[in-house]
Amino acid sequence: MKISETVHFDWYKNLFVVLVLVACVVASATVTDADFAEVIQGGPQVTAFLERFMQPDFSYIPTLIDPMIRTIKMSVLGTVIGFAVAVPLAFLATTVVTRNQVVTAIFRFILDVVRTIPNLLLAALTVAIVGIGEFSGVITIAVFTLGVVSQLIFETIETVDEGPIEAAEAVGATRVQIAFWSIAPQVMSQLASYLFYAFEINVRASTVLGYVGAGGIGVILNSSLGLLRYDRVSVIILMIFVVVAVVDFLSEAVRRRLA
Amino acid sequence: MSETTAPARRGLFASERARTIAISVVVVAVVAWSAIGLDYSGLATFNPSLALEALRGLLSPDWGYVYDGSGEDLISLLLLTIGIAFLGTAIATVLAIPFALVSSRTLWHNPVVPRVGKFVCNVLRAFPELVYAIIFVRVVGPGPFAGALAIGVHQIGMLGKLFTEQIEAMDEAPVEAVRAVGGNFWQSLFYARLPQLMPIFSSLSLNHFEIAVRSASTLGLVGAGGIGAPLIFAIQARNWATVSIILIGVVVAVFAIDLLGGAIRKRLR
Repeated sequence: MKISETVHFDWYKNLFVVLVLVACVVASATVTDADFAEVIQGGPQVTAFLERFMQPDFSYIPTLIDPMIRTIKMSVLGTVIGFAVAVPLAFLATTVVTRNQVVTAIFRFILDVVRTIPNLLLAALTVAIVGIGEFSGVITIAVFTLGVVSQLIFETIETVDEGPIEAAEAVGATRVQIAFWSIAPQVMSQLASYLFYAFEINVRASTVLGYVGAGGIGVILNSSLGLLRYDRVSVIILMIFVVVAVVDFLSEAVRRRLA
Repeated sequence: MSETTAPARRGLFASERARTIAISVVVVAVVAWSAIGLDYSGLATFNPSLALEALRGLLSPDWGYVYDGSGEDLISLLLLTIGIAFLGTAIATVLAIPFALVSSRTLWHNPVVPRVGKFVCNVLRAFPELVYAIIFVRVVGPGPFAGALAIGVHQIGMLGKLFTEQIEAMDEAPVEAVRAVGGNFWQSLFYARLPQLMPIFSSLSLNHFEIAVRSASTLGLVGAGGIGAPLIFAIQARNWATVSIILIGVVVAVFAIDLLGGAIRKRLR
């Protein structure tokens, strides 16, 4: 580290940044009607919540196992479907594969749009169009996976070794053949790793999808919150916590072996 | 599938081929188990003509909703959503720094303190933002402030963890240099640690602001302000033209914030 990198230099620039940030905080506090005194006033609500929350109703666990398994099933199916759609689209979203700026730009744009729609809004939309139920959750997770995984895949494809591609081009291979025989073998293990990574994220995300009617444990979380049964809420969150931890552990173990 | 490229490291299977087949069978079995066990009864009510109507509505956004000066239009609500996200991330950034200082292994001789700090961050992260939003709507009443608090508390856990990782992984040489010339803990913190950590912390906070904009647009579902509430009302009323314009607005706003954040983060590096 050089001395010019310490806080004393460029202090006027730093001051300007700080002023801008303070202005933004004040502006955002104004538009959101922030009143931190309310948090203190609402204190009894928090303690009431914590009091019940700290006494988890463990007898509720058996009721939760089935919805939890369903949530995991939704995640598995959604992840696999999303991944299956993401791979070809991500291949088309790189110039390495297409050698065509326009095609790549179009697919990139579609994937960028898919990625920006927040998860829960997607679920609400799917439920409205397809109907309430676990299948809507699967579709939501699939679209969400498509957004997350496609970016990782096309970024990986862009780093492949050009040698095998040139070799295949030299003997007159088509673009599809190049994608299959020159590019895919190079990225396969990373792709598999992304599949597990997406599954991790999805298990976490799928637990709240039930809130808008997209099935799984979120439905029960929602009704327990609505009924102020915080002792149940705490068991549900504990369960989600454990399942996410187990899935993270398993998937990390698999990913480490794939790497 | 992909597992074919991984070399067989264990002697469990006779050949790589046997291993590939075994893994494929397991993967297919898990997927099939998931597909079969789900409840598809919701699909029975699926009505193609309604879905078609939805699609048609989504393709003709209601541009009149963009700005009508009432304060309940798309632009004001998007600005409010961004405000929620910004305030939430600001609260989280300020509060995550003490959490990170407590959780960093390298700052404590006592091994118990950082473990407790990390545990608190893990617990804070374990709750979905939506649950915080529901709680804070009870505490401070429905409105955007509840959303900002929900994002803030959730992100303390996220940023606390990331900040801790950065502190633990940082270059200790400048710290030792300050200590060697007689600087105390606080001097080493302000003159050696923070200058090194500031750019990374800012970059992480900015990244979480981008994430917060996405979350803030959904928290309206539980009455925590922002664009989420009008969206869910429009969806329930099957007012697809409004749904369409709101989704376009959210996508554009998230996109713009991501671009802006990305540009600033590139300069921070």
